Parts: sequence; structure tokens; C-alpha cells
Amino acid sequence: MKKALAAVISIAIFIVLSYFFLTGSAPIDYLKGGNYTDPITGEQYNHSVPQQYVEDTKNDTGASNVVTAIVVEYRGFDTLGEVTVLFTAATGLALLLDELKRRTLPVVDPNFILKSAVKVVLPFIILVGAYIFIHGHLTPGGGFPGGAVIAAGFLLMILVHTTRGLPERKLSITESLAGISYVLIGLLGLVFANEFLQNYLPLGNFTMLFSAGIIPLIYIAIGFKVGSELGGIMHNLKGVHEE
Amino acid sequence: MMLFTFIAWVLAVLVIAPAIYAVETKDLLSAAIAVGFADLAAAILFLVLQAPDVAITQAAIGAGITLAIFVYAIRRTERWEK
Repeated sequence: MKKALAAVISIAIFIVLSYFFLTGSAPIDYLKGGNYTDPITGEQYNHSVPQQYVEDTKNDTGASNVVTAIVVEYRGFDTLGEVTVLFTAATGLALLLDELKRRTLPVVDPNFILKSAVKVVLPFIILVGAYIFIHGHLTPGGGFPGGAVIAAGFLLMILVHTTRGLPERKLSITESLAGISYVLIGLLGLVFANEFLQNYLPLGNFTMLFSAGIIPLIYIAIGFKVGSELGGIMHNLKGVHEE
Repeated sequence: MMLFTFIAWVLAVLVIAPAIYAVETKDLLSAAIAVGFADLAAAILFLVLQAPDVAITQAAIGAGITLAIFVYAIRRTERWEK
């Protein structure tokens, strides 16, 4: 009875909220109001912050992906915080599972289809992940999505090599080097441009691969870091299998 | 605009229904797979709402890595909720 009531109430709240969201009438209306033109509907609003970002990103950062410009350039310190949160989570998990990891679990041999399919697909998955974070300043994507795609490739590797797993040592070295290089790039900004994580490299040609200053460098570091970190988390959770 | 609204509603139902199933079921493995399905539908919903950045992350982390982490955790503990 209680469960049914809770389900009905939550569905009612969902319908009300989605009605407002889809019609765009009531609660979010006060956020809009003169000089912002909605790119989809063509309506005019007096909401200047998005317009400001869309107009200034090209001259300020040289990145054609506005989302990346905001994440790495305008709000770069927040991104450093996010990377730290992920690092803390991975470290805590490794500490918790250190004892549990040595418990042996039964080995299930992966079937033939998985083994052969992974051999074909794995290089392409790694390639797509690398493309996503190297082109983070040009096309949708960036360090976190690219690293996550590479970690999904690592997951396939873990599923196939049941006894070996991933090279844990190399993963942690990669992760540390990527984190250190991110902070070093920020500190060099302190030296050359007087602000932490400030862009100090030339902006280059708009929409070309070598453009947008330090954004590609930071996203390559984040991509390596997130990929090795998530791969390490899955390796730790899987544990060591002994015959 | 009508087509957009229709697709958004269908995807919203595809996100909500597996989520309710995941809460209600006693089988934790089924719940984890249902959550993975809801995350995949949410990724498509983000793509329809013109947020490709979020959609890529949601597809890779939500449907791939979170599911694997849940399955490994269930393997170390118990499959059935008491």
C-alpha cells in the first residue's frame, strides 16, 4: 500500500516537472528575459551569461567546443578538483580491497566468441578513446569521456585475460605522471601568465588540431589519468584468480 | 517539435521503468542490468537534448563501467536481497 502510494506520488511529480520542462512555461521562465537568442527556437531572452560564453570563447581560448573551453579554461580549477575526487575514490577503493583482493575466486574460462571478438575490437576502442580526448577542444568529448571509453576497453581485456589481469604497476605510474603533468602545466601558467592554469601558449588557427593553447595538453593528461584510474578500479575489484 | 516531444517521452519512460524495476526486484544482478539499461536510455536522451558531451560520458561510464563494477561487487557479496 505504502509502496503503491509512493510510486503514484513520484510519477505525478515526474509528470508535472516534465510538463513544465517540455512546455518551458513556468519555473525556468524567470531565468530568461532580452539579448540572448535561443539557437534552436530563435526566441530572444535577456539571459546574458550563455551569450557571453558563446561570443567570447573564440577570442579568449581559441577552442571551437564551448563546453571544453568552459570546463578547462574558464573553470579549470574545478576540473582539477574533479580529478582529485576521482583519484581519492580510486585510492580509497584500493586501500579497502587490498586484503580482499588476495581471496581466490573461481576462474570461469571466457568463451571463444568473446576472445576472438576482443582481439578485433580492442584496438579500435582504444583508438576512439584517444580520438575523443585529443580532439576534445574541437569536437564533443574530452578527457573524461575519452578516458572512460579507454577504460571500457580495459574492461574487455580484464574479461578475456582471466588469470593475468592488467599491469597494475604500469597503470599507477601512468596515472601519477598524468596527474603531475596536469599540475605542472597549471604551475607554468603561474610563471608565464601570472595565474594558475592560465593559458600561456599561442592560440593557433581556429578549428585546427594545434590550437587553443594548453587545452589539448590538459585534456591528454586527463584522458590518460581517467583511463588508467578506472582501469585500476576494475582490476582491483576483480581480484586475483589462482588456479 | 511534436516528434521531439514524443521521442523525449518515450525515452523518459525507458529511463523510469527500469529504475522502478531495479528498486523493486530482489535479484541484485537483474537490478544492476536494469540500471545499465536506464543509463543507456539516459545517454540517448542526452543526445536528443543536444548534449553530446554528456551523452558520450553517460554511455561509457553508465552503461559500461558502472555495470561492471556492480557485477564485480555482487560477485564478492550475495546475489539475492533479503
